[in-house]
Amino acid sequence: MNDFIQLIIAGLATGSIYALAAVGFTLLWQTSQTINFAQGEFVMLPAFFALAGMKFFGLPFPIAAIAAILLSMLTLGVLFKTVVVDPLHKQGTLPLVISTIGLAILLREGVKEFYSAEAQRFPSFFPNINIGTSAANGGSGFNVSADQIGVLIVATATILLLSWFLASTKTGRQMQATAQNPTVARILGVNVERMVMYTFLINGALAAIASLLISPIYLAKFSSGETLGLVAFVAAIVGGFNQVRGAIVGGFLVGIIDNLVAAYISTSYRQAVPLALLVMIILLRPQGLLGRAEERAV
Amino acid sequence: MNRNLKIIFGLVLVLVFIAGPADLTGLGIPWPGLKRYGTYILTLWLVTAVAAMGVNLIVGYAGQETLAQAAFLGIGAFTTALLQKAGVPFGLNFLASGVICFIVGIALGFPALRVQKHYLAFVTLAFSVFVWLLIRNEEWLTGGVNGIKDIRRPILLGISLRPALYYYWLVLALTAVLTAAMWWLLRSPWGRAFTALRENAIRAESLGIDVRGYTLMAFAIGSAYAGFAGAMYAPLVEFIDPSPFALGASLQFLLMVVAGGAGSFVGPFVGAVVAVLLPEWLRFAEGYYLIIFAIIVMLLMAFCPTGIVGLFARLTTKARRPHADDKGPSLGGPNLGGDPTAAATTVAGANS
Amino acid sequence: MNTASAALEATPASTAASKVLEVRDISKSFGGVHAVRGVTFDVREGEILGLIGPNGSGKSTLFNCILGQLTPTSGDVLVAGRSVTGLRPSELNRLGIGRTFQLLQVFPQLTVRENLILAGQEHEGSRFKRLFGPSDSGLTANANRMIDFFRLGHLAEEKAGGLSYGQQKLLDCAMAFMAGPRLVLLDEPAGGVNLTMLGNLKDRLQAINKETGATFIVIEHNMEFVMSLCTRIIVLAEGKIIAEGPPDTIRKNPQVIEAYLGH
Repeated sequence: MNDFIQLIIAGLATGSIYALAAVGFTLLWQTSQTINFAQGEFVMLPAFFALAGMKFFGLPFPIAAIAAILLSMLTLGVLFKTVVVDPLHKQGTLPLVISTIGLAILLREGVKEFYSAEAQRFPSFFPNINIGTSAANGGSGFNVSADQIGVLIVATATILLLSWFLASTKTGRQMQATAQNPTVARILGVNVERMVMYTFLINGALAAIASLLISPIYLAKFSSGETLGLVAFVAAIVGGFNQVRGAIVGGFLVGIIDNLVAAYISTSYRQAVPLALLVMIILLRPQGLLGRAEERAV
Repeated sequence: MNRNLKIIFGLVLVLVFIAGPADLTGLGIPWPGLKRYGTYILTLWLVTAVAAMGVNLIVGYAGQETLAQAAFLGIGAFTTALLQKAGVPFGLNFLASGVICFIVGIALGFPALRVQKHYLAFVTLAFSVFVWLLIRNEEWLTGGVNGIKDIRRPILLGISLRPALYYYWLVLALTAVLTAAMWWLLRSPWGRAFTALRENAIRAESLGIDVRGYTLMAFAIGSAYAGFAGAMYAPLVEFIDPSPFALGASLQFLLMVVAGGAGSFVGPFVGAVVAVLLPEWLRFAEGYYLIIFAIIVMLLMAFCPTGIVGLFARLTTKARRPHADDKGPSLGGPNLGGDPTAAATTVAGANS
Repeated sequence: MNTASAALEATPASTAASKVLEVRDISKSFGGVHAVRGVTFDVREGEILGLIGPNGSGKSTLFNCILGQLTPTSGDVLVAGRSVTGLRPSELNRLGIGRTFQLLQVFPQLTVRENLILAGQEHEGSRFKRLFGPSDSGLTANANRMIDFFRLGHLAEEKAGGLSYGQQKLLDCAMAFMAGPRLVLLDEPAGGVNLTMLGNLKDRLQAINKETGATFIVIEHNMEFVMSLCTRIIVLAEGKIIAEGPPDTIRKNPQVIEAYLGH
């Protein structure tokens, strides 16, 4: 039982990070019909910004982390929008998808060539201690690291803050209006262009936070974006492609399932389980767990 | 005149493909042919182009997305390798690889195409990862990470096709057959239906075109092409393991077809040049090759989403007339003359 | 003898009294919005039925329910006495129901003739035969007849995307008639068409009706056009039929005037 609770907590911790990536993914899809195949690389890259800041500029870790978030908002937000997405929007969905696949390769290979092909240790914000007592010392055998709790708290706080922003501020509501119907939003006087830009900035920040949280656990590596992107993608679809709430639930769900499967079923097919979930959802509930059903013509 | 030129050009091209890699010095022509490695790369290009043709059918003609072409390539390659180990001749392996991929394509596409657009992409994405895990984990069948070694090249009419050049000729012949079949498919009413459902599925449906059925057929046939390519790939490389069949490779197939020119007949061949031959030419760039490749793809998408074929068409039409449209390549220009048809101006006029 | 021309040659006289389409108590709601509420009517062979009503009265929803584009919440649609509710649009089309769309729907990359051949190809033989069978010379002849009939002869080899709006509209209609349908649903055929082309269109539609006995249902906002084209008119308001009859009676019906002016 203790094992099970530990696994759930570990699952919630990684799931909260997946949720960050999935929410950004969904936001981009909603406001600008961008299916970002480089989302995993977006989560991989900011850790290297921080590492580079520490290595080349001698910044202390907290400053480097903040710099990484700001730099991510600039590059993965502003630059991504103006250089990659905007010129491609008139060309349709497929060229944009292809371009983000190209971008994923570019970021992955860029980190490999210009930083390192080796996995990098990454400092954590949280003390490296375990909460609970070991069974060997006569305790309950309950064991959760401060790292996991810290990750869970920071990621959840970020998500709550974002949800509050979207639901309760004027800008947030304008962003939601833009996501649901840009034409109507424009008629109602919303500055649609600016709202789309905010979405890209938020996605950049979310990716950076996810990156700083996950890298201490799984190390920072140029190739880690593949798995992360896949998981974000699965989480977003499982939860319902058109719902931020859905992406959050999807992220947590995938995190928990991932951990339970690895522990109880098989590590070799670990990756397949979220995907099997994805396929089941598509076949049985195409609008996703929390998504709205859309009346379909044809 | 124009037609004759085309035929001559076609014949020259066929001759170059047949004789190009061969040593012609024995015939008195000062051309030493390609070395073994060069022939190998050329063969790999053909194999890649066949799989890419399948992607082009699915993406460029039927307007769907597939992220599993490398997985189907893997299914084809392992089918051929395993059947060969069981003593089945190459001809049957080749057919079986295509047929199995066709059937799997139906099984995969049938449920996915019931739901919304883009969902075929998601399902093939999942399938892609699943197939890769299967190849990696099921050692009893696929050899796991150690793969399958010593896949032999076939013997045809008592002649061993082990030499690179002979095997190249076999692959060339099979590619020619598959290319002709694709040409004929796209010229048939099916090809017209594919174009229609890509351009406007709702209208196509209202004209009696079973959009779901045709899309499924395009997906299954496109996947079967990967199966055929896999059957040629396994004896070419002689050793297969899970790595070339991963999700990244499937994405690369999509990338090369769109970069070459999706929806254009020669697009996949051009795309395969970019994916197979370019890395060889860019050897000096080493690790930077993929970076250069990615930048080229992104620039192409931004400035010419119809790919290299579209870029070429645009450049050549611009040279001819200043106001060229950017709609991309069109097969067969409009014949402005028209033919005056028998002037029966009633619908019920003629007896048939 | 192919099915398309067989249908084109059917004479109206022999089957004049039979019902081509029966709409039985069709309702459709989206969430809480009731777009169509219990609509029932018959369409007799050979008539040109107009379907009018103010914006939001449920005309298009009703059309889409009849055509299989939407599944009705309740009710039944019968074609020649057989229930077709739940069939897909392509299956309905192969049963002989054609349609045009409110917004132009031609295939811009195909030529005018290819557009027409495409519109007819699914009505002959099996799909297997379409792949392996001989070339479609019968269809080409049919397409040429439609091209002449709709006076598009000089444009046969042009890409449809290069045609003027009115010409595309004619092509759109021609495609709906290509397979010799017994019933055609026209969604605002006059929308955006200039006066000359409008006369041309009306003339052609009436000619087809007269020659082949094909039945039409027309949604239209252009009252002049609809009153002069149709033999009978049904008026929808708020998802229900409020009036039904020949154009002259409808024109004077106070309820209809109320429905149009009251909103």
